[in-house]
Amino acid sequence: MLPAIEISEVYKTYGKLPVLLDVNLEIRQGEFFALLGPNGAGKTTLISIIAGLTLATSGSIRVMGYDVVTQYQNARRNLGIVPQELVFDPFFTVREILQIQSGYYGIKQNSDWIDEILERLDLAHKADDNMRSLSGGMKRRVLVAQALVHKPPVIILDEPTAGVDVELRQTLWEFIKQLNHDGHTVVLTTHYLEEAETLCSRVAMLKQGQIIALDTTQNLINKISHDYAVQLRLQPDVLPPELKLLQITHGNGIFELHLESYQQLEVVLASLRTAGIQVQELRLQQPDLEDVFLSMMKNNATEVQ
Amino acid sequence: MTAFLTLFHKELLRFWKVSFQTVLAPMVSTLLYLLIFLQVLDAQREVYPGIPYTIFLIPGLVMMVVIQNAFANSSSSMIQSKISGNIVFILLSPLTYQQIFFAYVLASIARGLLVGLGVYIVTLIFFEIPLHLPLWALLFVMLGSAILGALGLIAGIWADKFDQLAAFQNFIILPLSFLSGVFYTIHALPAGWQYLSHLNPFFYMIDGFRYGFFGVSDISPYVSLLIVAICLFAISVYAIRLLKMGYKLRH
Repeated sequence: MLPAIEISEVYKTYGKLPVLLDVNLEIRQGEFFALLGPNGAGKTTLISIIAGLTLATSGSIRVMGYDVVTQYQNARRNLGIVPQELVFDPFFTVREILQIQSGYYGIKQNSDWIDEILERLDLAHKADDNMRSLSGGMKRRVLVAQALVHKPPVIILDEPTAGVDVELRQTLWEFIKQLNHDGHTVVLTTHYLEEAETLCSRVAMLKQGQIIALDTTQNLINKISHDYAVQLRLQPDVLPPELKLLQITHGNGIFELHLESYQQLEVVLASLRTAGIQVQELRLQQPDLEDVFLSMMKNNATEVQ
Repeated sequence: MTAFLTLFHKELLRFWKVSFQTVLAPMVSTLLYLLIFLQVLDAQREVYPGIPYTIFLIPGLVMMVVIQNAFANSSSSMIQSKISGNIVFILLSPLTYQQIFFAYVLASIARGLLVGLGVYIVTLIFFEIPLHLPLWALLFVMLGSAILGALGLIAGIWADKFDQLAAFQNFIILPLSFLSGVFYTIHALPAGWQYLSHLNPFFYMIDGFRYGFFGVSDISPYVSLLIVAICLFAISVYAIRLLKMGYKLRH
């Protein structure tokens, strides 16, 4: 099947500063895909190139088979982008904005779908309010609505939940999950790693303009899953000498020990029992995407791939 | 076509929603100009045979207000969209460069014509103004406002802040329109100034427009038409090229 987004050998430099270095990526239709990376990794630049807001120095990108430069009209018809910045047109009401946006995509009558989006994003009661009068969270919802007016097969959200309250995050993700379920390809960048972990089936990690990891979310987590940690509150607050080697941190009466497997926990507990030290509190920590992310960002690309 | 019509309609709505500022205010200030000039200057002196200064002045003022508002419309719309960032909604859409260009320029023509027509109608209440060749007048006012609409688009794309746009407006557009023969016939000027006036493309717009009213002009209306048409073509090609390059719009 045709890839939803196909990125081939994309380079981007601003002056002499390289921002993207040989990025290759294929996002399949129907995927829920996350693009992660620290600030300045090149995520927004990559999205801007897909959107046609920025021109790549070299390389090409296709959206649903259409080149974003030479076949920009078709590429853009297939793409809905929620920009990171909270931008709006102060002259119009929410409904007017959505009607205008539909018109840009050649859609004359779009009231039914606009009503549905307004309803789903909990914006219906604000439909006839001027954009200026809306709160930040409401403006963010309108941005999402604008990206969806033409029912694009591919939806890209550039940090859509940054600075947004919990309620909207829930509403938004429910809606986006539904769209993904209906067959739309969804790509998101986010700082909230747990969002990527719960929503996305595949993840790419960008660091300094390069993709340093690309895999299913579960595989990425498994890659470092031999590492567990256990947090212990002990009475008295001391560790037997043979366990010192496992210690990662000690603070606020909590020891954090590194385990290579669950079995090792048995050894730790036995050792504590022998030393006459009581366990008052025990917490096991499993790796999550954040750990993967942090470990990838620390290591070099070659080590993790 | 729907995409183009939508952007055109949006651009019309943009100024219409604030029409006190964009339509009524320039009408009032232009009529004030007229009132003051007629009090101060020798209103009855004939500029062309049978055409007193009052009547001579009116088409010039109409054209001036058309020019200034056509420029103001596209330039302020573009820079506001750029600075507030909502230009992305146009840039993300499948609108072609030509569609963007024509939508902005036609909306500028519409605002220019609306304000100009408003001034013209009010003056008709007080003065009898001949209109010998209405189609010529219409042709020049359309071409003139299109040129300024396209120039406004270029200025709006080029300027990074309102200050730069104001400089463009006050140091280029305003002098060119004031010194183009709005208030006088260039035959009244010394030879050196007459020569300089011929280098000003705005002069041909106004002279051609006046020809539509009086059937007389400082130079042949065909020459004016040719020069104005060439100007429009060149500026349009340049503006579309900027849009296509994404100059200051796409990185």
